[in-house]
Amino acid sequence: MIEIKNLHANIDGREILKGINLTVNKGEVHAIMGPNGSGKSTLAQVIAGREDYEVTQGEILFNGKNLLELSTEARACEGIFLAFQYPVEIPGVSNTTLLKNALNSIRKYRGEEELDAMEFLTLVKKKMSLVELSEDLLRRSVNEGFSGGEKKRNEIFQMAVLQPKLAILDETDSGLDIDALRIVANGVTKLKSPENATIVVTHYQRLLNYIVPDFVHVLYNGKIIKSGDKSLALELEDKGYDWVIEEAAELV
Amino acid sequence: MNSSVELKEMYIKQFQSFENTLNGEKSLPFHQIRKDAIKKFSALNFPSVKDEEWKYTNINPLLSKEFKPADSIPEVDPQFINKYLFDKKEFITLVFINGYFSKEFSDVDALPKGLVIETICQAIKNHPDLVLRYFSKTTSSGNNIFAELNTAFANHGTFVHVEDNAVIEKPIQILYITKADDILVSPRNLFLVSKNAQVKIIETYAGFGDRSYFTNQVTEFIVNDNAVVEHVRIQDEQLNAFHISTLSVDLEKASNFSSYNINFGGSLVRNNVNTKFNGGFAECRLNGLYVTQGSQFVDNHTSIDHAKPNCLSNELYKGILNDTSRGVFNGKVFVRQDAQKTNAYQQNKNILLSNDAIVNTKPQLEIFADDVKCSHGATVGQLDKDQLFYLKARGIQEKEAKAILIYAFASDVVHSISMTQVRDHLEALLAEKLL
Ligand SMILES: Nc1ncnc2c1ncn2[C@@H]1O[C@H](COP(=O)(O)OP(=O)(O)O)[C@@H](O)[C@H]1O
Ligand SMILES: [Mg+2]
Repeated sequence: MIEIKNLHANIDGREILKGINLTVNKGEVHAIMGPNGSGKSTLAQVIAGREDYEVTQGEILFNGKNLLELSTEARACEGIFLAFQYPVEIPGVSNTTLLKNALNSIRKYRGEEELDAMEFLTLVKKKMSLVELSEDLLRRSVNEGFSGGEKKRNEIFQMAVLQPKLAILDETDSGLDIDALRIVANGVTKLKSPENATIVVTHYQRLLNYIVPDFVHVLYNGKIIKSGDKSLALELEDKGYDWVIEEAAELV
Repeated sequence: MNSSVELKEMYIKQFQSFENTLNGEKSLPFHQIRKDAIKKFSALNFPSVKDEEWKYTNINPLLSKEFKPADSIPEVDPQFINKYLFDKKEFITLVFINGYFSKEFSDVDALPKGLVIETICQAIKNHPDLVLRYFSKTTSSGNNIFAELNTAFANHGTFVHVEDNAVIEKPIQILYITKADDILVSPRNLFLVSKNAQVKIIETYAGFGDRSYFTNQVTEFIVNDNAVVEHVRIQDEQLNAFHISTLSVDLEKASNFSSYNINFGGSLVRNNVNTKFNGGFAECRLNGLYVTQGSQFVDNHTSIDHAKPNCLSNELYKGILNDTSRGVFNGKVFVRQDAQKTNAYQQNKNILLSNDAIVNTKPQLEIFADDVKCSHGATVGQLDKDQLFYLKARGIQEKEAKAILIYAFASDVVHSISMTQVRDHLEALLAEKLL
């Protein structure tokens, strides 16, 4: 589904991603772990098309298309969804406005009919129950005055409505209590299918108890320094990152 | 090109020909008001950027043109008019074309009890005492050369008198539409709202055609004790038109005035909004929006005079400026020595959509009382990059994402308009400008 080859990216002239290689096939769940400041969010944002980052080398193929040539909105329409680590508040724009415009823009891109108001409402209500959000959220401004947990649940709700091919969850677990964590994880699990793929960015292992990854990667200082299966996550939980970092240093 | 002096002479000559068309009406006492105004006009000078109040507003493009007072009603394609009209079943409708009242497009039959609506020239004859008592009362103190020019040519416009205790449910819409034909139109409104009365009035200024024109406009409001007024002013003139307006409001005891001053059109626009508290416990809300593109220039000068204690004023003006357009906001709030327990809040916020757009903003508070709550501020910024990225990352096209954010920015200026049709109309006009 997505193939990232030797990806280098800068911000303000400083290199943050230093040669990322990663392939995710449909049906797979990949976890990206690593200490704060490693470049996990940067990778997620570069995939989503944030213009502040300058890609200096490498390429990203998404279902065979050169992703780096597409605008942010075209990437979303192609089926990429980023659940933000810090979802922004947008006063004056209701969740309904956001979702209706997003959904219809994506449908139009794919040559599908736009949904009318009734069809939209039916769909949205069905998806809301998935993350246990109440309907009055629809009229509220996007993320405005939401608690940390509500913001993260709202991201998963949007994902449920937009049904992406590749979902990137950037620290969706941080700031959640155990109940919210369960709700979010259940939502994500229910949305999983053999046709889509998920990249879970986290630096805790606890989310991975619910969303079981097929692969775990350690990102450190802009590079993936170790990959393994789900047991790697448990090992990291147990022993921290230092041993992986040392191991990688020895290899160089 | 004319010099400013020659131009004044031209307008004075035009006044003489205008007088000759008045025939017998010249002998009415009202005509003295016009004659006084032309005298004041000739004693004043057109402002230049050397005047503090016109520092950023260069009116040379206006002074270099010769506009002739409109003298007839042209043919109009009804679509230009209908675009701006609300449902006639729900609104009392007056349409003026080139300043002239159009019976054909208006609907003022069956007015509710307690409401008098007439054209200014009718009111001069039918209600001379009210007209003589209030006309120019709110504007005469200043040295506003454009208001004097309007008064000199005053003949067309709307007189509204809401009698004591009358609550008028149906909003009144007044549309001034002008054919761009190098003409001067001088719409003049006098709105008298008596004690305990309530009324909603929408003024719309629009144009059609390719040439230029000059709308020089004055509206006066007398808002009496306990009266409640909602006033919406929609300015969507042609992009090569000149528009100068003065809205002057006297607020009596415990009255309540809400203004929405919405600007989309015009090449050079200057709006003066002057409100004064003449009695205590009154409230005044001034909301403004200016949306500009191309090389448009829009200047809003507002003043709120807290001459009496225990009043509230709340002002919010917002600007959205694109291309090489320019905006000016100057807001003065005076709190006089006697005006204790004043609450006065003022905000001007701007979004620049291009690197070449400019806004000059100057919120001013002058406080001479000590027991008051006042605040003011101004911001100039761009669309929020994180918000824009968020919307695009959800699949929304860039242009639509921007429009959504701009509409959100503008919405708190207009959301408190009580008339749904008016809000929807403004939303549609905004979308038309943005997309
Ligand atoms: N917008 C930015 N401006 C400047 N530096 C940034 C920006 N975003 C990230 N960085 C820097 O890039 C590095 C990686 O950050 P990030 O991708 O957020 O890491 P992680 O998500 O793994 O914690 C950090 O050193 C951070 O300070
Ligand atoms: Mg991060």
